[in-house]
Amino acid sequence: MAMSDTDDWRAAAATAGATGEGFAARAVLIALALGFLALFLVLPLVAVFAEAFRNGVGAWWAAFQDPDGLAAIRLTLIVTAIAVPANLVFGIAAAWAITKFRFPGKSLLITLIDLPFSVSPVVSGLVWVLLFGAQGLLGPFLKANGLQIIFAVPGLVLATIFVTFPFVARELIPLMEEQGTADEEAAMTLGASGLTTFVRVTLPNIKWGLLYGVLLCNARAMGEFGAVSVVSGHVRGLTNTMPLHVEILYNEYEFVAAFAMASLLAALALVTLVLKTFLEWRYGGHLAGGRGH
Amino acid sequence: MSAASSNLDSVPAVPSAFREPRTGRALGRPPLWRRVVDWALIGAAFAVVAGVAVQARAQSTTLLNVSYDPTRELYKDVNAAFAAEWKAKTGASLTIRASHGGSGKQARSVIDGLDADVVTLALSADIDAIAREAKLLPAEWQKRLPNNSAPYASTIVFLVRKGNPKAIKDWDDLVKPGIGVITPNPKTSGGARWNYLAAWAYAQQKYGDEAKVRDYITALFKNVPVLDTGARGATTSFAQRNLGDVLLAWENEAFLVFDEFGADKFEIVVPSISILAEPPVAVVDVNVDRKGTRQAAEAYLQFLYSDKGQQIAAKHHYRPSRPEVVAKDLVDAFPKLKLVTIDRDFGGWAKAQPEHFGDGGTFDQLYKPKS
Repeated sequence: MAMSDTDDWRAAAATAGATGEGFAARAVLIALALGFLALFLVLPLVAVFAEAFRNGVGAWWAAFQDPDGLAAIRLTLIVTAIAVPANLVFGIAAAWAITKFRFPGKSLLITLIDLPFSVSPVVSGLVWVLLFGAQGLLGPFLKANGLQIIFAVPGLVLATIFVTFPFVARELIPLMEEQGTADEEAAMTLGASGLTTFVRVTLPNIKWGLLYGVLLCNARAMGEFGAVSVVSGHVRGLTNTMPLHVEILYNEYEFVAAFAMASLLAALALVTLVLKTFLEWRYGGHLAGGRGH
Repeated sequence: MSAASSNLDSVPAVPSAFREPRTGRALGRPPLWRRVVDWALIGAAFAVVAGVAVQARAQSTTLLNVSYDPTRELYKDVNAAFAAEWKAKTGASLTIRASHGGSGKQARSVIDGLDADVVTLALSADIDAIAREAKLLPAEWQKRLPNNSAPYASTIVFLVRKGNPKAIKDWDDLVKPGIGVITPNPKTSGGARWNYLAAWAYAQQKYGDEAKVRDYITALFKNVPVLDTGARGATTSFAQRNLGDVLLAWENEAFLVFDEFGADKFEIVVPSISILAEPPVAVVDVNVDRKGTRQAAEAYLQFLYSDKGQQIAAKHHYRPSRPEVVAKDLVDAFPKLKLVTIDRDFGGWAKAQPEHFGDGGTFDQLYKPKS
């Protein structure tokens, strides 16, 4: 579907060129787009790196010697390492159920998956406080059993999972919908078990789309600020993730350290972007369904 | 899939989808089984990494000090000094963790279950809220330590840009048209509540009449372009982002801006009247008893009253409650001005908090956000 869109676009461009629709118009449009991009995307990014390296590489490196900063990096990696696989499993399960089966409440499920996209991050955090906070629904039970959910790692993981919930599923659903159920039906007919069908047929078909979804999910999980801020409690060296630590450093006038940490986050985002672009370029056809993003 | 159907002609027994892509070997149980094991191993590895990382930090005794915004630098020094003293005295190592934010917000977090051993907040109303809402400490907590549980005090002063270009001298200059006043939100920030009451005290003294006091406060907040949630955010707005002409700030915060940005950019203006702000400290009984950290937590708060603790407080521009034990030049650095107190002039926080900052209090009545 996306391929034919591209073809349409090419055809339209060719026609426009042929009918002599101006070079000037094209130049203005391109300049406008590039200028906008430079102003709102490239410039802020450059500013982050410029600020981070203002006092040289030594000062930048020194910013990562602070134990609280290292704890923040470690925490971000832990949270991501739990949230992303969880959403990977959920995303595949949901996409599979939605695209390969018919059942009542299907459209409700699709709507619910999108919920975290439309809910404000503050609410995404507060729901966990309402559920697991000391004054919350399950608070007394947790307290009696000595369990700490919010203001601790589990709360951060829950909030991150909630916010990054839709990425994998959203990536897979259009792709799997397009692929249809013919392959699986053939496999079943030939006597393959459900698991065999999944591992041998479904998974290879969706692997690039899956990787793409995981990348997006990963980027968001590392960068999430709002929801995580609500459930963090901001204990240094314990419940501050990298984005939260950036804010703390900034508020303590440690500008170089703050932007050094921010530059690391930005670098992670850039790596994700490069990988994503590579995947699109290499396996564009397989990702057709996921072009929406 | 057309490929599958064309392959069917040449290899009728097994369609391509059921072959190993590279070897062309037909599907069998072992590889599948191996894959399942692989996935299980990967999952287990994640669990182990996460488990170890979480476990690794549950070792030595830790205290969590939940504090308000501008005390970051103060408690960095206090924590290091106390940990050293504790180690020398008991031989046990002690880690003190800190959490900072707007005082009201921090109290809310403790109520919601943030596991604080001690709270060192901006005003007693916030610790009252913890006692009332979550029953984590007794209602009469403030009587347990000397000086209303306030080891140090501060006041509210003005910070203006170098040369004082808008000629701001006292509270009545703040309501003039075209003056941008930076103060955080009294709903979330303790410092902002002291700011508000200091302004109120000035108007009370000048006009006497409540209607005129209200007019003054309304006019003052008309000049506030943005309400940050905490004192530190407001300071950053003023000093780093260059918003506004005057910052209503904790005295210690104003001095800190001097230290951080250099005295060539800002000036401190001491108004004719201000308020004596006494930020209290308390052990959170229920939490320390559960964690078995009462002894360390109580010693930690006592340390704030010790000669050494008072010296550190004064160095960070908090007015010591025992100035006699602190170096004279540090004490003399505090400007002298007329200070009203919350207990004498506002009937204590128990009365002032609901009257001014509760739902429908004077702040709600008088502050109208710009649309």
